[in-house]
Amino acid sequence: MHARMLPYLLILPVTLFLCVFFLYPFVLVSQQAFTTGGGFTLDNFREVIGYWKFPISLSNTLLLAAIVVPVQLALSLLMATMVSRMEKGRDLILYIWTIPLGISDLAAGIIWLAIFEQSGFLNSMLYGVGAIETPINFLSYQNPAIVFLAIALAEIWRATAIMLVILVAGIGLIPKEYYEAAEVFGASPWQRFRRITLPLLRPSLQTALILRVILAFEVFAVVAALGGTLFPVLMGETYAYQFDLLNSGAAAAMALIILALSIASTLVILRVLRIPKGARI
Amino acid sequence: MSAVVADTPRTDAVRSGRVLYVASVVLLCAWVIVPLYFLLVNTLSSPEAVTSFPKSFIPAFNLGSLEFFMNFQGMLAALKNSVLVATLTMILSILIGAPAGYALSRFDFAGKELFRLLVLLTRAFPLPLLALPIAVMFINVGLDDTVFGLALVHTTLAVPFAVLITFSLFSGIPTELEEAAWTLGCTRLTAFTKVVLPLILPGITASAIFAFVISWNEVFAAAVLTIENRTLTAFLLQSLAESPLYLKFAGGFILVVPALIFIFAVRKYLFAMWGIANR
Repeated sequence: MHARMLPYLLILPVTLFLCVFFLYPFVLVSQQAFTTGGGFTLDNFREVIGYWKFPISLSNTLLLAAIVVPVQLALSLLMATMVSRMEKGRDLILYIWTIPLGISDLAAGIIWLAIFEQSGFLNSMLYGVGAIETPINFLSYQNPAIVFLAIALAEIWRATAIMLVILVAGIGLIPKEYYEAAEVFGASPWQRFRRITLPLLRPSLQTALILRVILAFEVFAVVAALGGTLFPVLMGETYAYQFDLLNSGAAAAMALIILALSIASTLVILRVLRIPKGARI
Repeated sequence: MSAVVADTPRTDAVRSGRVLYVASVVLLCAWVIVPLYFLLVNTLSSPEAVTSFPKSFIPAFNLGSLEFFMNFQGMLAALKNSVLVATLTMILSILIGAPAGYALSRFDFAGKELFRLLVLLTRAFPLPLLALPIAVMFINVGLDDTVFGLALVHTTLAVPFAVLITFSLFSGIPTELEEAAWTLGCTRLTAFTKVVLPLILPGITASAIFAFVISWNEVFAAAVLTIENRTLTAFLLQSLAESPLYLKFAGGFILVVPALIFIFAVRKYLFAMWGIANR
């Protein structure tokens, strides 16, 4: 009797904890989003979507994710395959490449601010080679493309490491025999990558992409550090509703919209990269 | 003769491929390190040097910026709060998460799959957003604007990882070891503390450090849930608009340093942790 209860006793703390701090707040935020004072209403959503900044922040968030995530995917795949055939210095290279994993998005934004601000290193470099006479204010409303570029670079710099770690772990699970067999039959490195690594890496690709896309929709502090109000994004608007406009109903509605986007993209990724039955390692 | 002719282009191709490979590795390392170096240069320059132009690419080893940062009103308190919240998060997530990881690795029980689903589900959600309703919840129970309240929310972020990581760690220790201890007179508890715990301690430490970093770096929930007792990230975020550049850079530097050390400390476990968390 005692032994049968033990596992439940052990999982009880986490279950309780997640009920109180994950499921219950989720119910609360939905409630808050669908009510204003009394009864069920869609007013919060109407207000949020009708606001002039909404289409801009939505398209900014989506555009940023659409550019950043594929670049990160390609980059992390490249890095992971490079590391997998490395003999000397593998640990050191992996440590260096995973450093950004521990760096917060706020710090990453500040780091790239050091490069792009008016007296920053990019201007100093351009001045040093004689390309410019006076420093350019890159992060201003006159240069929306550069603001976008700076934010995208900071995001790529910061969050490629998380995908790299997942993919390196995934490649480690692929049996070496497959590669040896392919080599015996004369497969080129590219063919081995296309026919062995990519298909067998699907579960890891799934995890990495889901995690990354959700984080991309949550982009906030990098933007706050680099673009300020120049580049409105969904999460930043949510924060503004809560603090500057003191409208928690609208903030809750924004939260649900971000949530819906995250869930929808998770489902799409799961569907596109679905793993055929019996194809698991 | 003909063999030599056929051979040269091939070795050339191999050699240039090798050069390309090494060059890209170096380039990618530079891509990670150079921005960090720039932050270091800024942090170790005097406030005047940070805002001057053109900028020196070599650090002046002037501690003016860091001194200004340390003397800035409320900054040390924010730093202290960050450490407190992250430490609490670390302790809470291991205390709550590790037992569940052990249960998942050692027992088959009805509802196991449902429980795993609950844990995995948290990863498909933008969790920091839940700080909004939790803020209201905390006001009702008097936990608003407290270090402990924020630590609870950060634990929600960290505990799914703690469960999955400890699950993989416990799975790596053969059940036979425990069974042997039982036959030698250990109870379930003493077998755990005398046999399993020593083996698993380094891994537990690594996942605790991971929880610390998650909390240390978190911005949104920290900014939503604290007003007077801000953490460093919340403080920096809220003063972004008005604070001078050198304050931002020094603050960014202080944020980055522990992260560098922690990633170095857990590097051995990083891939093992994620390898299992995949499945």
